[in-house]
Amino acid sequence: MTSLAQLLPIDWILACVALLLAVGGAGVVRPHNLFLVARVLFPLGAALSLLIAMTALTALFSVPQIAILPLGLPGLPFHLRLDPLSAFFLFLFGGTTAGISIFAAGYFRKGEGTPPGLLCLQYHVFVASMALIMLADDAYVFMVMWELMALSSFFLVTANHTIPEIRRAGYLYLLIAHIGALAILLCFGVLQANTGDYTFANMRAQELTPFWASVAFVLALFGFGAKAGIVPLHIWLPEAHPAAPSPVSALMSGVMLKTAIYGLLRIGFEVLQLQLAWWGVLALILGLVTALFGVVFSAIQSDMKRLLAYSSIENIGLLLIGIGLALLFVSYGTSALAALALTAVLYHALNHAFFKSLLFLSTGAVLHATGERNLGKLGGLLRYMPWVGWLALTGALAAAGLPPLNGFVSEWLLLQSFLFTLGLPSTFVNMLLPVVAAGVALVAALGAYVMVKFFGVIFLGQPREPNLAGAHDAARLERGGLVWLAAGCLLLGLFPAQVIALIDPVTRVLVGDGVGPQVAANGWLFLAPVAAERASYSPLLFLLLVAGSFALTFLLVRALYHGRARRAPPWDCGFPLLNARMQDTAEGFGQPIRLVFDPFFRIERHLPSPFDAQPSYRLVVTDHFWQWLYVPIARIAEAASRIVGLLQQGRIATYLLYSFITLLVMLVLVFR
Amino acid sequence: MSLYSVLAQLLALALAVLGAPLLTGWVNQCRAWLQNKSAPPLLLPYRTLHKLFHKESIVAEHASPLFRATPYLVFGAMVLACGIVPSLSTDLLLAPAADAIALVGLFALARVFMSLAAMDIGTAFGTLGARREMLVGFLAEPALLMVLFTASSLTQSTSLASIVQTIAHQEFAILPSLAVAGVAFTMVSLAENARVPIDNPATHLELTMIHEAMILEYSGRHLALIEWAASLKLFAYSCIGVALFVPWGIATVDDPIGILLAAPSLVIKLIIGGAALALIETLSAKMRIFRVPEFLAGAFLLAVIGILVRFLLKA
Repeated sequence: MTSLAQLLPIDWILACVALLLAVGGAGVVRPHNLFLVARVLFPLGAALSLLIAMTALTALFSVPQIAILPLGLPGLPFHLRLDPLSAFFLFLFGGTTAGISIFAAGYFRKGEGTPPGLLCLQYHVFVASMALIMLADDAYVFMVMWELMALSSFFLVTANHTIPEIRRAGYLYLLIAHIGALAILLCFGVLQANTGDYTFANMRAQELTPFWASVAFVLALFGFGAKAGIVPLHIWLPEAHPAAPSPVSALMSGVMLKTAIYGLLRIGFEVLQLQLAWWGVLALILGLVTALFGVVFSAIQSDMKRLLAYSSIENIGLLLIGIGLALLFVSYGTSALAALALTAVLYHALNHAFFKSLLFLSTGAVLHATGERNLGKLGGLLRYMPWVGWLALTGALAAAGLPPLNGFVSEWLLLQSFLFTLGLPSTFVNMLLPVVAAGVALVAALGAYVMVKFFGVIFLGQPREPNLAGAHDAARLERGGLVWLAAGCLLLGLFPAQVIALIDPVTRVLVGDGVGPQVAANGWLFLAPVAAERASYSPLLFLLLVAGSFALTFLLVRALYHGRARRAPPWDCGFPLLNARMQDTAEGFGQPIRLVFDPFFRIERHLPSPFDAQPSYRLVVTDHFWQWLYVPIARIAEAASRIVGLLQQGRIATYLLYSFITLLVMLVLVFR
Repeated sequence: MSLYSVLAQLLALALAVLGAPLLTGWVNQCRAWLQNKSAPPLLLPYRTLHKLFHKESIVAEHASPLFRATPYLVFGAMVLACGIVPSLSTDLLLAPAADAIALVGLFALARVFMSLAAMDIGTAFGTLGARREMLVGFLAEPALLMVLFTASSLTQSTSLASIVQTIAHQEFAILPSLAVAGVAFTMVSLAENARVPIDNPATHLELTMIHEAMILEYSGRHLALIEWAASLKLFAYSCIGVALFVPWGIATVDDPIGILLAAPSLVIKLIIGGAALALIETLSAKMRIFRVPEFLAGAFLLAVIGILVRFLLKA
């Protein structure tokens, strides 16, 4: 009998995943017992996720481990493998999910659509399938888990299935998820190169021609792009993420989108043995379009969860830009730079998982306290919900990419990797890169605009509705989840050198190089990925200096002058009749962006005329892609099915005739 | 960490914190002269600060702690910004803590907190100011970043100290990329420091305000800190401009005599720069707010052209 100490990390993780499934199953035993689900099962799930994260941390530095489970079809067992890439994403998964599950423990209530026990099952199947995707080492397990993830999350999205919009969002989500899955399946088909062996080990051994490798890459980009929300396949994301209950939105945005990034990295860098420069260019351009599109749409949203969903599209765009840059560097043979770009990608994936989950969960807390998702009916909540407010501020600052929080570090790394591109041997690439770098800078700055809008409109100012004064702060478990994620944002921001030490083994797997030793050589306090005189940043020092001068100024002002302050009504240029309606609404705050980026939007505006008895103003902003892409495709699909429908006469005799004709044709073909 | 870098750092910080209001006073004086007005005394900003610190702070009834903390935070951020811009010497103690990108991040941090504080009270003007400030910021920030990138690509380094050291030590030549970047930088500085033609630091006409609208609710020591921080920001931007485009005379590593010469040369450059700023402000008219994005998009595109020139022509 093997003792516990002999168990490999992969065994531990598999055991945890099995237990997660068991936790989910236990929910169904007593589906209406809220106490069991909320106070026992979800915290248990959080603990298991944390255990996975911790085990993954140890696996980052050990050799890849393989497990073969005799599950599935006969002769087709599950191949699983834990290498640094899997381990890093499992760490991301576990760390984020632990916080979300703790929050979810306090979040789900009775009487909202699906009973809690069933939600618990769907939730844990979703979580377990994501963990197994990251462990999969053959196309079979990968696809099964990919489908399981899509289906379980579909049920979670439609938890409040009594509302028609939510059912519609769920349908759209399921549809695009399946189109994407189809592309991934085809990609695996190309990768196995007619050998009939679908293990990743076999795919790695194949030497594809540049043409077939490109086909595989484009299919992977399409398939994973559909899951990640890359423009123009983003269309489901702003519908499905807001429709789901907040912990599920957090899980989808924070973790599920990263499974797509994981897949793209796994196939693009590890399974495929050659990388072409034009893939990088394609990814760069798509990434830039996605990021800009996401952030511009995010700025004009008035529903807080839609705003965050669009902001996720923005971040996926940034990740794709980093991947494109890394592909370019690899194809030009500069693996050290590719490692830098990939470090930025992996770091940003981790950061986004933490801050976006934190923000989605805080919208959940706001939603529970006020019952309102519309930014135009919120406001002033920092006073009534200080815990949620201050923690959401941490998340918003991180998402805005401000130092010394985590979002800044990864944007810094990304910009650094652009700077070192000078001297690539292609004029076109040299022309493209500064433009993309400028685009990244613009997106980052707009990201700050979005986050000021998000936080300012929800938590600052005066309550726009009278009932907001009764809003209560989050309960203890919810608070715990938020604190965990906010602490993650802070620590990931303050200790970049340590985080990069974790990323180093991953980039070594992907491109055979890493920035870890260089960073370690410059000391734990500084982040200097190339050389200290080239670029360095020390968040801890930065924080200490700002906080130090804050404290010094505070004390000096009090010592030299005084600290008296008097409370009085707001001045507002002496205007006495101030009320909450005079603040900017979400639409008002987004209006400059709508004007500046007018061509991005399809705007339907209804303005009141001077003679209207009941003047009304209505503005609907939609996406051009519906009109340009989806409506034509839907029309073509309908037309095609109408033609196919001609075959369907509904009479047995006709169908028998079809069978007969088919048989004849077959016979002719065979005995020709 | 040498004694020299500690001293250089302390000297630069002291010069910035104590001298920044003087620069503001000088610009105001020049502006008054150019506009045929009798000029306010040069030391007026100090007197104003002293007066404001003495006064009681009035805080709106439902202001959150964010509102009260922001002046200190913005002031602290601007002090740090002045500390990492190489104004006197390129050998600064704090230089490794933040590079050019972190400097832009620092300005963004201050801007975001100012906007949030402006939204905190929930007045019409406060939110208006916050929205306009973020509008200016989202175009000015990437433009500034691209200007710094152009300079960085000369040395393949984002460390401000190495950039300035390289530029200061090369032969005098007008590089096309830096020239274009210089124009973009001037435009960005006008916008970021709330100057005409983007904003007017002297205005109190409500509909045209940007910066002033955000700080309407501040009084007493809070206002003093914000005004001081604004002076520091102007000082920091002037020093960035000086360091990137006319760095000659700046002291380098372990050069105690150099730093004594660098101080007067910096003062002379700032006197000229301040007068030029006053001239620009006098010669141009304030723009309508919706022309501002065009102006700043122009600056952004110029900065991108600068870096493209650098990448494509290596010039």
